Amino acid sequence: MGTSGEGLGRCTHALIRGVPESLASGEGAGAGLPALDLAKAQREHGVLGGKLRQRLGLQLLELPPEESLPLGTLLGDTAVIQGDTALITRPWSPARRPEVDGVRKALQDLGLRIVEMGDENATLDGTDVLFTGREFFVGLSKWTNHRGAEIVADTFRDFAVSTVPVSSPSHLRSFCGMGGPHTVVAGSGDAAQKAVRAMAVLTDHPYASLTLPDDAAADCLFLRPGLPGVPPFLLHRGGGDLPNSQEALQKLSDVTLVPVSCSELEKAGAGLSSLCLVLSTRPHS
Amino acid sequence: MTTEVGSTSEVKKESEQLGADATKENPKEVAENQQNQSSDLEEEKDSKSSPSAKSQSSPHRQKRQKDPSESRGISRFIPPWLKKQKSYNLVVAKDGGDKKEPTQAVVEERVLEKEEPLPEEERPAKGDVEETAQRKQQVIKVDVKEETPSVSGPETQPAEEVRKEREDEKEIQEDKSEEAAKRETKEVQTNELKAEKAAQKATKKAKTVQCKVTLLDGTEYSCDLEKSAKGQVLFDKVCEHLNLLEKDYFGLSFQESPEQKNWLDPAKQIKRQLRNLPWLFTFNVKFYPPDPSQLTEDITRYFLCLQLRQDIASGRLPCSFVTHALLGSYTLQAELGDYDPEEHASHDLSDFQFAPSQTKELEEKVVELHKTHRGLSPAQADSQFLENAKRLSMYGVDLHHAKDSEGVDIKLGVCANGLLIYKDRLRINRFAWPKILKISYKRSNFYIKVRPAELEQFESTIGFKLPNHRAAKRLWKVCVEHHTFYRLVSPEQPPKAKFLTLGSKFRYSGRTQAQTRQASTLIDRPAPHFERTSSKRVSRILDGALIGDADQSLRKDFPGPAGEVSAYGRGAVSTATAQDGDGRRDVRSPTKAPHVQLIEGKKNSLRVEGDNIYVRHSNLMLEDLDKAQEDILKHQASISELKRNFMESTPEPRPNEWEKRRITPLSLQTQGRKGDHLFKDILSMKEKHQTAATRTVEEKAQEADKSLEEEITSILFSAKGFSDSMKATFTSATTWTAEGTVVNYNAPSEKLSSSSFSQLPESSHETLNVVEEKKQAEVGKDERVITEEMNGKEISPGSGPGESRKVEPLTQKDSTSLSSESSSSSESEEEDGGEYRPHHRVTEGTIQEEQEEYEEEVEEEASRAAKVVEREQPVPEASPGKQAGASVSTVETVAQENVVAPKVSAEKSVHEGALKQDVSEDTEDEQHKVNGEVSHVDIDVMPQIICCSEPPVVKTEMVTISDASQRTEISTKEVPIVQTETKTITYESPQVDGGAAGDSGTLLTAQTITSDSMSTTTTTHITKTIKGGISETRIEKRIVITGDADIDHDQALAQAIREAREQHPDMSVTRVVVHKETELEEGED
Repeated sequence: MGTSGEGLGRCTHALIRGVPESLASGEGAGAGLPALDLAKAQREHGVLGGKLRQRLGLQLLELPPEESLPLGTLLGDTAVIQGDTALITRPWSPARRPEVDGVRKALQDLGLRIVEMGDENATLDGTDVLFTGREFFVGLSKWTNHRGAEIVADTFRDFAVSTVPVSSPSHLRSFCGMGGPHTVVAGSGDAAQKAVRAMAVLTDHPYASLTLPDDAAADCLFLRPGLPGVPPFLLHRGGGDLPNSQEALQKLSDVTLVPVSCSELEKAGAGLSSLCLVLSTRPHS
Repeated sequence: MTTEVGSTSEVKKESEQLGADATKENPKEVAENQQNQSSDLEEEKDSKSSPSAKSQSSPHRQKRQKDPSESRGISRFIPPWLKKQKSYNLVVAKDGGDKKEPTQAVVEERVLEKEEPLPEEERPAKGDVEETAQRKQQVIKVDVKEETPSVSGPETQPAEEVRKEREDEKEIQEDKSEEAAKRETKEVQTNELKAEKAAQKATKKAKTVQCKVTLLDGTEYSCDLEKSAKGQVLFDKVCEHLNLLEKDYFGLSFQESPEQKNWLDPAKQIKRQLRNLPWLFTFNVKFYPPDPSQLTEDITRYFLCLQLRQDIASGRLPCSFVTHALLGSYTLQAELGDYDPEEHASHDLSDFQFAPSQTKELEEKVVELHKTHRGLSPAQADSQFLENAKRLSMYGVDLHHAKDSEGVDIKLGVCANGLLIYKDRLRINRFAWPKILKISYKRSNFYIKVRPAELEQFESTIGFKLPNHRAAKRLWKVCVEHHTFYRLVSPEQPPKAKFLTLGSKFRYSGRTQAQTRQASTLIDRPAPHFERTSSKRVSRILDGALIGDADQSLRKDFPGPAGEVSAYGRGAVSTATAQDGDGRRDVRSPTKAPHVQLIEGKKNSLRVEGDNIYVRHSNLMLEDLDKAQEDILKHQASISELKRNFMESTPEPRPNEWEKRRITPLSLQTQGRKGDHLFKDILSMKEKHQTAATRTVEEKAQEADKSLEEEITSILFSAKGFSDSMKATFTSATTWTAEGTVVNYNAPSEKLSSSSFSQLPESSHETLNVVEEKKQAEVGKDERVITEEMNGKEISPGSGPGESRKVEPLTQKDSTSLSSESSSSSESEEEDGGEYRPHHRVTEGTIQEEQEEYEEEVEEEASRAAKVVEREQPVPEASPGKQAGASVSTVETVAQENVVAPKVSAEKSVHEGALKQDVSEDTEDEQHKVNGEVSHVDIDVMPQIICCSEPPVVKTEMVTISDASQRTEISTKEVPIVQTETKTITYESPQVDGGAAGDSGTLLTAQTITSDSMSTTTTTHITKTIKGGISETRIEKRIVITGDADIDHDQALAQAIREAREQHPDMSVTRVVVHKETELEEGED
């Protein structure tokens, strides 16, 4: 069971999806976003995949990009995975909903139990969901509504699922994450701090909290590739992207810091939590 | 039996006199085959409301059991139900307003009872069709009434079934019948003086009732208990039967309705909690250990496992598929041992329920996981089961349906850490115990007052709407218990000295988790052998988990080692239990056996150790009191001089007094207690009325303590909803103020979030309190009824107001209009009202205290009534106060002689003076108490009750105010669902203060009288004290005026004050406190 918090970050596989050219061209859902340097974005994405595979030792699955899905790279919005269960989301943006199909199939092939939203009134972006190892927090944001959060609760019944109002025009995960099984990392922005306070009220568990100067720096991934004796990793935005937060991250002593950069992809709204999905094919081992 | 004949004859006479109707019926039945009749009756019963059914059923029993020759007191044969019915009938009659009706009802019951005896008596089957018809009509009426309380209906039916079962068992039936007879006798006494003697005879017989307890493994444990046995007795028996030592986590529950489960309070008599429900219980885990591994014994873990398996199978404990499978696999390991392909082939896993809806896939997964548990002993498997189950988010969360302030359906989850708020499955808020300052309920509203957030300055109160008052009360009790169990080192005992508890006295009196853990470390017995019978497929013995292999080997071989084990275990158990008994703490009354562990505990505020967390009842009183105390301590300096005087003179006494009253036989306390019992009974069923009447004061006193407080609290809340009219009252009040009294306005607390309710500060300490309450005329009715019933017991069978009457002689003033309302109340909302009614009495009792404390806290409910305190000496001026009376209001007038005044001051702090008086005057107090007891009525239903409660509330409020000189603290933001405006105006005559100063007085007498009229409820407390050779008579009246906005409350108040003055021309009014509560229509209600 993953309810102890010890299972946080346990993973064997990582799933990413290539950057389509349409992301840079501003087509489709990318409309309104500033122009991207496609090459740089793709380079960042490639480095990320390399780190996941080589540095962390994960099995990396990379879905091919689809030009019709400019934001398909942000596959973190398309599924919520805990244990052996993957909840396929219903993204708020109708244009992004087709993104889930490829992800669904990949996860299915990996042996996960697939749960569908199945409610026309529910919207849920995966990056509005924070799993702490003990419980879920679902940000009620521009993209995620109450019904969507309710389905999260229905899907992961072992865990408390609490809702956290997200005031800023961002996802919950864009300004907070887990720095360890008992540590919540959050940015210093108002929305981030407000959300952290709300979570502190809602939780039964004592978490330490680490505040970083940059909201985006808090969008980090605590990963335990599963080899016993190996300290867990924290995949985070490096000094090239967010120099101000590096010092604070050093306070996380129990993890191996793995910096990566995604400043170009960030222009499309991407963060580490949205650029990859991690899962374990033997979650109960 | 023969001796009883005389009594029966009396009864017969009565019955005959009352109405031939009953006789008629009897003859008919006689003519027919009794059985057939019985069947018919049963049918009728079914169709009819529960009470009627009960009455009918009893006759059946009687018939069978009794020989015609035996003309015993009918009462004996009459089962408790019948008794209750009688009372109910009486009530109905009251409602009807016709005395005849009540009598008829009584007759009917008797007739039913007599059916058997009839042949002996040879009552001709006169069978006036008319009479019978009347009966039927009455019955029908009853039904209707009963029907209104939805809860009662379901309950009664089961009771009937039980009865039938019992009938099968004649012996048992006889016992029961005897018991019933006892009850009946009591009731009869109350109702009819004649019957009393016979009843007494019947009561003497030792009567037992068969209890059936469904255990966690699905088996049933049955035993015979004395009817008067408390819950603890049964619980101990069950635990002994189970060989369970760590029993503090467990409890007995009974189904009040399909969806409502109540915990049996160990400290209270079972019958009073059950009312007319069958004696069927379920053994359950009450407090889920957050860390089951800390339990000392495997057997305890085993029972916890059984409970959790039930929770999982029923869906109460939601799990994911994987968790269902994992927990199921541990269940198999524990019950079947290591996976054995051959053996498993013979097992049908569908016999196990691993999940609410079990699929083949799940079963396969269970088996798959089961294979991985090889080598785990049953105890180890249980431990693993628990380790996984405890992490489930809903583990140990007791959910209650409610609505938030916006009417949105939510669920309130009470757990070890606090209160969780769910919408759908989502947790949307959480209030940890340390953050909760106060828990209260009023009517069907449940409130929590929480500490201010970091940057906030004010406390906030959050209100939730529950389906009904009972649900609110149940939630409140669960919260109090959970808070005490998990958060406190030891149950908070009502520090007699410190806290005043006007509201519910309910407290958790059992051991806390810390205590039970400590006690568990002392368990010194070999690991008890027990049989794992949940699946019943393979019986196994569990030893200490470590025994392991041996156990496993034994498992299969020993189908039922129980015999040996049991012998062993029981011995050990007995010793252990003894220890437990010693260890247990009964917070409350000395009278209660030390055993009382569980629920009843005292209501006194629960304090989390260093946190100063107070979990309070719905009672404003309590809360206020607590605050007041705290505030006092903290802020005495800020308090105005007058206040200071009060405070100083009666520094901490308030709480003490209250407690003393309650604890001691003192009138107030006794009243309260009685009332509680009565209320509860009444509330639950119509029967309640009967029981209340029948019950002697003593009994009442016992139970009343708990219930009273609770009820009171509830009442207070109910009192809410007052109209704006307060202002008007103020104007009138101003005249008074001129004398030096201060008028305080409580800012209306409208909005939840902000510190909307800044309570009126300091101004109104002592003066007259006039509280106006508008809403809830209905409630008032109910309450009234209760009181009347109470009264009726003593006084006259027909009209309930026996108690009041007693009081009346003492204080003639108030008792004027008791009866009228009572009738109405009886019919309406008996359930709700019943419970609350006790409050009335209580409140009455408290009135004295209230006088003292008239400070106001408007915040919550600001209670309703205007209190007018009249002092004989001081000033007639009080009358002006009357004018103030606003729409709703209860006006309490307290007339105190000069001497009294000093007392008052003392009281200000917390009724201290009253307490003293009460103590000295036990007898009188008791009477008063009786009245107070009656008051337990659900707030929702009975406005009047509220009034009674109000006084306590007022007091508390008053107290807070005094503290409030620091307004900031006082001001609490309450955003209860019900928006109410409360205003409290206090007028004091200067004299009062001086009087107040005099603390030392010998209490000569204290009396409480309550009277009800159409729209007003008047409670009068008369206390006589001697100070320095001067005798002081203080009369405190609380008048609660309840009505819709269209009522001219001011006028009513003025009249009330006028009347008060007229009644006591030789006394002066020293204090008038007007408390007006207006419930805004916007509110949820």
